[in-house]
Amino acid sequence: MAESLSTSTHKGLLALPNDDKRKIIFVATALCLVCSVLVSTAAVTLRTLQENNAQNARKMEILKVAGLHSPGEDVDAYFNQHVQTKMVDLNSGNYIENFDVATFDERKAAREHDSSIELQAEQDIAGIKRRTNYVRVYLIPDQQGKINKIVLPVHGYGLWSTMYGFLALSADGRTIAGLTFYEHAETAGLGAEITNAKWLAQFPGKQALDPQGRPLIRVNKGPVNSDDTEANYLVDGISGATLTSIGVTNLMHFWLGELGFGPYLGKLNQLAQPNNG
Amino acid sequence: MEAYLSLFVRSIFVENLALSFFLGICTFLAVSKKIETALGLGAAVVVVQGITLPINNLIATYLLNEGALSWLGLPDVNLVYLHLIIFIGVIAAIVQILEMILDRYVPALYNALGIFLPLITVNCAILGGSLFMFNRSYNFAESVVFGVGSGLGWALAIVGLAAVREKLKYSDVPEGLQGLGITFIVAGLMSLSFMSFSGIQL
Amino acid sequence: MTMQTKAILTDPLINKNPITLQILGVCSALAVTTKLAPALIMGLAVMVVLSISNVSISLIRKHIPGSIRIIVQMTIIASLVIIVDQFLKAYAYELSKQLSVFIGLIITNCIVMGRAEAFAMHNPPTASFLDGLGHAMGYGLILVIVAVVRELLGSGTLLDYTVLPLVKDGGWYEPNGLMLLAPGAFFIIGLLIWAIRTWKPDQVEKPEYQIHMVHRTEIM
Repeated sequence: MAESLSTSTHKGLLALPNDDKRKIIFVATALCLVCSVLVSTAAVTLRTLQENNAQNARKMEILKVAGLHSPGEDVDAYFNQHVQTKMVDLNSGNYIENFDVATFDERKAAREHDSSIELQAEQDIAGIKRRTNYVRVYLIPDQQGKINKIVLPVHGYGLWSTMYGFLALSADGRTIAGLTFYEHAETAGLGAEITNAKWLAQFPGKQALDPQGRPLIRVNKGPVNSDDTEANYLVDGISGATLTSIGVTNLMHFWLGELGFGPYLGKLNQLAQPNNG
Repeated sequence: MEAYLSLFVRSIFVENLALSFFLGICTFLAVSKKIETALGLGAAVVVVQGITLPINNLIATYLLNEGALSWLGLPDVNLVYLHLIIFIGVIAAIVQILEMILDRYVPALYNALGIFLPLITVNCAILGGSLFMFNRSYNFAESVVFGVGSGLGWALAIVGLAAVREKLKYSDVPEGLQGLGITFIVAGLMSLSFMSFSGIQL
Repeated sequence: MTMQTKAILTDPLINKNPITLQILGVCSALAVTTKLAPALIMGLAVMVVLSISNVSISLIRKHIPGSIRIIVQMTIIASLVIIVDQFLKAYAYELSKQLSVFIGLIITNCIVMGRAEAFAMHNPPTASFLDGLGHAMGYGLILVIVAVVRELLGSGTLLDYTVLPLVKDGGWYEPNGLMLLAPGAFFIIGLLIWAIRTWKPDQVEKPEYQIHMVHRTEIM
């Protein structure tokens, strides 16, 4: 009874002339309902897959930047076996124990006022506005359990977008062991060359900091002359992507500087080894 | 204050939506035969951009972003995946409302801008502007400045192109390149010259 | 297939190409064509969105009130784009990252709106489907041509396989950086239009102002 009534009202509504107010509202409502159901279904059912993709991609990037990438293995298991995740308090530069590192989200923390600081315009060279107080770092021990490499998350603004990446340093905390970017929206073919393996391959071996701990590493404008006295902390610029190149320099300087990992890197030698601390 | 001024200048010249980011190029090429029509369309873009960006900014801050619904007691809801459809919905709605208001109360302005308004819904400069505002997480005041500035920048580019094309029609262009072809080449040269603004830090 | 339906499908390839003749959807043609792979994915995404949106709008065309028709079309298109975007993020994560905001900007790709308004609003679903498919192919064709030229001359590669070995890697080819910049895309499309119109002279636009030819006899 009710069903036949509703079909007849539907038919009645559809039979109305198109400029009738009731029909306009009916068409608009029906369309919104159908579309929202479709969009939400797609978003909700695919969300787990997308999050897995993002998580795995992140772990693969960390393994890759540390030179551990071995395709074909179960990423999760391999990651847990070879990488130790630690939480660092950026203000003091010390490790924080008893922190749930698995569910921590740096980007969320950077938005909340009690877990981040606001950056003044002259401090904010990387264009990130707020900086989280706590960051996960990834330690890669060698066979004897001694720290071999440290992977630090970095991000900063390029031309179009915020570029997110990882910087791997050798155990001395000064020599670069690798750099990679896993999320950005720079111009395809130009700024997007920051993910080009050949370009990134220039970074390992370069000096990130001078002996006083000041950030030195810089993306040059144009190719680097190998006779240059500064050549061991310069890498080739990306042609056609000057702003992206400047963005990379700025984000390295910010995250290696006093407001970034500076305090942590300064204490690196005194900090207890993670496996006995 | 200085920061807003710098954002304003940057959004007009350095980050010109049409010539640096290639947004709104379809209308840019199609409606640039006469300076007069280019001015009309440019004005319409400035108005719509100046209204929709701040509105989309408010919507993003209070409805869409992760945790934005906490004022409703729903701190865990994340509607970010809806931002595309909401932004374009707002743009389409504002354009139609604007059209109705102008038609009813300011017929003179409606006659000048009216025919351009429907073109604006599909102008990617408008949606692109909103997406930039969203990605760069501008605050409300910045979104107003960026909206007006980027609209002005787009208007400047289309008026410039129209001026070139008005002169161009007296020149002897090879057959086959006439019309659309030469317009692409001119737009390419314009964008080449605007590239000299890139990298300017204010 | 009758002549007429075949024409709906094949006309947009060259004779009524959306980019080179109708000036529709140029923005993304400039933005995603620095490499061939994103251009191909973009062409596919537009094909999916355009054919489905044309069919759905055609199905309900008799019930769309004129006063809200733009917003109705927009909603349908935007929903389809979000769904395509979500699928790409779930199943083609790497490529979706490369395309970034440009999948979202399919919403404002004037081809999609333009075909909805000009064709799907007045024609039955099957014809609308073919029309959508044809226009998406015409769009994709230009995208692929431009992307091949830009990737080959700009980076010396095709689909990331080295075709022209670069000087800096010990080869002989010095890449043309202009190809990767957007002015390069403008020039290539402009020249492509010239080539097509030389081949199909009926597409040539009449000059608004005719330069008067002075013949020798007149001077004499």
